[in-house]
Amino acid sequence: MSTVTKADPATPAGSANPLSRRRPLGDRGFQILALAAGLLVLVILVLITVTTAQQSATWFSTAGFKGIFSVQFDGQTHFGAMGVLYGTVISSVIGIIVGVPVSVGIALLLTQVVPARWGRPIVYVIDLLAVVPSVVWGLWGIIVLVPWLQKIYLDIASGVKGIPVLDALFGGANAGGASFFTAGLILAIMITPIITSLSREVIATVPVIDKEGAYALGATRWEMIRGAVWPHSQGGVVGAILVGFGRAMGETIAVALVIGDSVEVTPHLFYSGHSIAAIIALQFGEATGGEFRSALIGLGLFLFVLTILVNLVARWFVERSARRARGE
Amino acid sequence: MAVATNSAGHPIDLREPSGWRRSKNQIMTILMWLALVIILIPLGFVLVTLISKGAGAISWQFLTNSTIPPNVVPLGTGGMGAAVVGTLEITGFAALLAIPLGVLGAVYLNEYGGNGILARLISFMSSVMTGVPSIVMGLFIYIIWVLHFGYSGMAGSFALACLMLPIVIRSSYEMLRLVPDSLRQGSYALGATKARVTLTVVLPTALSGIVSGALLAVARAAGETAPLLFTILTVEQTNSNLFSGPDTALPFQIFSNAQSAYTGAEARAWGAALTLVAITFILMIVARIITALFTRNTR
Repeated sequence: MSTVTKADPATPAGSANPLSRRRPLGDRGFQILALAAGLLVLVILVLITVTTAQQSATWFSTAGFKGIFSVQFDGQTHFGAMGVLYGTVISSVIGIIVGVPVSVGIALLLTQVVPARWGRPIVYVIDLLAVVPSVVWGLWGIIVLVPWLQKIYLDIASGVKGIPVLDALFGGANAGGASFFTAGLILAIMITPIITSLSREVIATVPVIDKEGAYALGATRWEMIRGAVWPHSQGGVVGAILVGFGRAMGETIAVALVIGDSVEVTPHLFYSGHSIAAIIALQFGEATGGEFRSALIGLGLFLFVLTILVNLVARWFVERSARRARGE
Repeated sequence: MAVATNSAGHPIDLREPSGWRRSKNQIMTILMWLALVIILIPLGFVLVTLISKGAGAISWQFLTNSTIPPNVVPLGTGGMGAAVVGTLEITGFAALLAIPLGVLGAVYLNEYGGNGILARLISFMSSVMTGVPSIVMGLFIYIIWVLHFGYSGMAGSFALACLMLPIVIRSSYEMLRLVPDSLRQGSYALGATKARVTLTVVLPTALSGIVSGALLAVARAAGETAPLLFTILTVEQTNSNLFSGPDTALPFQIFSNAQSAYTGAEARAWGAALTLVAITFILMIVARIITALFTRNTR
């Protein structure tokens, strides 16, 4: 953003009001139209909050504080949010743990290792991942991946039997292909393009002089990355990871198809579970009753607020590191 | 080779860093390449599966027959024509709504808003809005539109437009920022009004970038299922009227067929998935070509 005030002849020096009468009607009309389009973003965000809050009032008043924050969700009388929230968080965390090293690795590869000429085709291929629709990942997940992973999960489950922590995480008699872990793996694939491209943007702002300075001191490439690139882009990469986390929490269709469709709070990652977005997608059609539908809309509001918060923090990180890169 | 010496005349060791430092560097480089390979495996896997299972299902009849058969019916009768028509209509209308509004919003941010608090707020919130889950957009349109006016393809378009709007604003804004100020000043010097400068100088200059950004947004929206679940319902026959009555779309059909146990339904799901991926890839490739042509012209 330049700090120099732009000379704007459309606002003559004599007029204090930018919407001065001296400007033709069409000119003012266009400005108002543009302003209205910009305001639409804020209007939609406010309307989403207000309308979903209104529609979930039945759930809030019937279930009460205790009912909302319970883990029980049976689709009849109990509509607790915590069980599905657990699934959302667990599957997204698995997605992040698997996806982040891969994404950041690719971002470093593209910016520090591969020359730009070869980097571009790689970027195009990574972008292909981003436009493969969610439902296609879900279809592939349920038909190809789930049966294949089922066998591996069962092997792992029998292998870790009796080992304290591992048995709790990867063991259990009910291990199945459609599970938290499968959902997490699909999410890892789906959030890699966004984390890669945001990290790449941040890493590209590292001043060449810092990098060359590190090399001049005799650093290897990895030492240069640790010493010059990482301190500079840390904040932005954390922001990128949070954006990816927000995406993972809101991802609906792919998760709905592979997470297993049962509300459970269990440390067993190979058990089937549910997520907020998935339960809305799968049960909304059947939820004709007042409180059920109201509860699902309430869960939608919950998810909306959660992703907005994650994205606010993420953007704050990204913008702060962008400001630092500009030296402000 | 001459031996390097420091000012005191002692030789300096200019050899490559040795031992552990060097191995560590190599290990890390290999890990970075490994990350790329890891992500290419599922992409290759999904594309191969799509083509091997989907290509067999696709035929002219599959793409155009307007009756979607029940799940038990094996492949060969009926087709996904209704869903193809629905996807094109719903996504097309969403693009018609979201692209002009998004570009106008970006014009406000870059040309009128300046560094003001409102423009900064809108800019920040539009990037936050790109992270709002698509299913929330579906619920939102369900509440404000479907509850009052019923299911229709148009309701689906509204939901997709909500999803595309912030993406179009962000990408157009980035493009408008690249337009050099000297172009604006030159036009003002000729006495043009601000609206005229924007419409005849600034937007045409940024046009190719805006178009390619918009196409990427359309490609993303075309594959979305969640916003359509509660807005278009579903039908088995082509509904060419976008504005009334339930409709259907490719992602919707893939989602419902994927949950079915019948092989006919599964085969149709793969066929529909291949069609959908083809549509989104074509949109993306067109966007890339436009960008490539643009960068060549400016160079």
